[in-house]
Amino acid sequence: MISNSEKQEAQVKASPDQQAPLLEIDHVTRRFERKPDFAAKLAARLGAPINRRTVHAVDDASFAIHQREVVGLVGESGCGKSTLGRIVAGIDDPTEGRILYRGQDVAHASGEATRKFHLKIQMIFQDPLDSLNPRYRIGKSVSEAARYHKVVPEEQMAEHIEKVLLQCGVDPTTQNRFPHQFSGGQRQRIGIARALALRPDLVVCDEAVASLDVSIQAQIINLFMDLRDEYDLAYLFVSHDIGVVRHISDRVVVMYLGRIVEQGTTAELFAKPNHPYTQALLSEVPSLKRRHSSFHTIKGEIPSPLKPPSGCHFHPRCPHAMERCKLERPMLKAVASGHMSACHLNDEG
Amino acid sequence: MTTNMTSRSDYALELRGLETVFDGDKGAVAAVRNVNLAIKPGEIVGLVGESGSGKSVTGLSIMGLIDRPGRVSKGEILLNGEDLRKVSAKRLRSLRGDRMAMIFQDPMMTLNPVLRIDTQMIEAITAHDPRIDKTVARNRCRDALGMVGIPDPEERLYAYPHQFSGGMRQRVAIAIAMLNNPDLIIADEPTTALDVTIQAQIIAEMQKLCKERGTALIWITHDLTVVAELTQRVYVMYAGSVVEEGPLDDVLDNPLHPYTQGLIRSIPADNDPGSRLFQIPGMTPPIDRMPKGCRFHPRCPYVQLDCLNDIELTQTSAARSVRCAHPINQGEQVS
Repeated sequence: MISNSEKQEAQVKASPDQQAPLLEIDHVTRRFERKPDFAAKLAARLGAPINRRTVHAVDDASFAIHQREVVGLVGESGCGKSTLGRIVAGIDDPTEGRILYRGQDVAHASGEATRKFHLKIQMIFQDPLDSLNPRYRIGKSVSEAARYHKVVPEEQMAEHIEKVLLQCGVDPTTQNRFPHQFSGGQRQRIGIARALALRPDLVVCDEAVASLDVSIQAQIINLFMDLRDEYDLAYLFVSHDIGVVRHISDRVVVMYLGRIVEQGTTAELFAKPNHPYTQALLSEVPSLKRRHSSFHTIKGEIPSPLKPPSGCHFHPRCPHAMERCKLERPMLKAVASGHMSACHLNDEG
Repeated sequence: MTTNMTSRSDYALELRGLETVFDGDKGAVAAVRNVNLAIKPGEIVGLVGESGSGKSVTGLSIMGLIDRPGRVSKGEILLNGEDLRKVSAKRLRSLRGDRMAMIFQDPMMTLNPVLRIDTQMIEAITAHDPRIDKTVARNRCRDALGMVGIPDPEERLYAYPHQFSGGMRQRVAIAIAMLNNPDLIIADEPTTALDVTIQAQIIAEMQKLCKERGTALIWITHDLTVVAELTQRVYVMYAGSVVEEGPLDDVLDNPLHPYTQGLIRSIPADNDPGSRLFQIPGMTPPIDRMPKGCRFHPRCPYVQLDCLNDIELTQTSAARSVRCAHPINQGEQVS
């Protein structure tokens, strides 16, 4: 079976370089623009200045995911982490920038190669009840894409689906049931089985354990780790739950208002968070060890992405903000090996 | 504000043997069974459990918000010593929103999307005190908004719910709950949908307000880490019953019930990234197919033959109780 997937990889292979990252996100920007409504069009006709409302959901983001690596993508709601996750999964396209799969630019690939790339990157959603067709028996949901793309020959399909379900902890004899007949944890396992049936290299998990109970969450996280060992899977783990990200990730990328503010290995980032936002975010993660605490909360909320603050987006909430932070956007710079942060404080002596 | 003519008690709220059932085709099934709970003024108590544990039904039962086919079938709900099961619907209505209030996970359950914030807030005051001066009521609303950390409260009174962010909406819901200075607030997962930074802010506000005003707070959640930060005492619920109760530190450091221990162990620890998490096998049984005896026994790693007998909540020390035939040895630390 592994040889089979290797064969498939050979077909899509572009760069013979084994060291090339599995997936590279290269200066990706995603803008959402509101189309002018009738009144705005009329006003524009009459010579009024055009007032375009643009949201920079993702602003010049770059990072890489290697084979077998788990990358955690964290940030508050509205920071663009889900948009970036969707771009990585190929559901959404970047406005600017490139996505490189094994060194090959996805946007300029042929139809066949693009299809292969999409198959190799699968996504698991937060609520499997929303992402599973309620009128399909789960066996059909899980096998549909695998059958269409002929991942295995038709005569082996039943066996393949059975194996995948079993591996995800779903009883294969329940294949004829509908999604509503399963519990939340079981449904999430079905969502995972559906992604896995296509034999992906990379799985994008968008808040995949957020809606589960603690005991079920532990089961699913363990399942993710087992599957990684079994299939050499890489994960992009998009989550607001920093405790879970810390547990599961090799590397962590922190986003704030569309921009990556810090990235590094999990151990390094949690031991020595560099960016003031990361520091604040980490200090507010509740933990069993912290009891009866009085919080030192960071003030305010994430600003509207329609009107992001100038310079460093974090400066209105930052305790160390300087004049420069209001004017100039800090770039990501290495602060240690493999650890990058976008903060002007690093330039000060 | 209504004058309280009934006898005062030591507790803001006391539940004695609360049972809530849901009537179905196959007879009544109990979602909450024999729950005893007591909370003093100013105390913050955590009610912890997974989905299906009955924690939310307990909260709704206290507020008298259980609808058919559900009903509170047994027990006493004493708010300041007054049994809410015996009072008239009118009296209950006047207590609700005045002496006790509830905050939900989704603030849009509390807020009317087509009414301005000031309309909704002033209504919460005039409903309990019809003769109050409108300006006085309005000022109280503004102060309440300011207190929960909403900037420009005067201006924000004119806003509609959709003009607030999720965190701000939850603050408005908290401000409304606090308006009449209630004796008891039941908060059902109020920060679950919010970011950690906003969660931290809201927890800090609630802690401060309850301390200042002597409001008793029941925080219903599945998240033990939040409970660890916020509460003084904790009740752990499983399959409709309280399985363990006690002071927060004792319960977290020395859980007596295997379920509590499992819950604590399944939370990713800071010191051991990448390791396999402890997992409780199986899942909470459905309400109509509860196992015999100890309801946790099919998932329990320490199960023994006598676990098939019914087991009551038993006191193990002055402040602690556990519902288990073979509680974990005291002193055995959670790794």
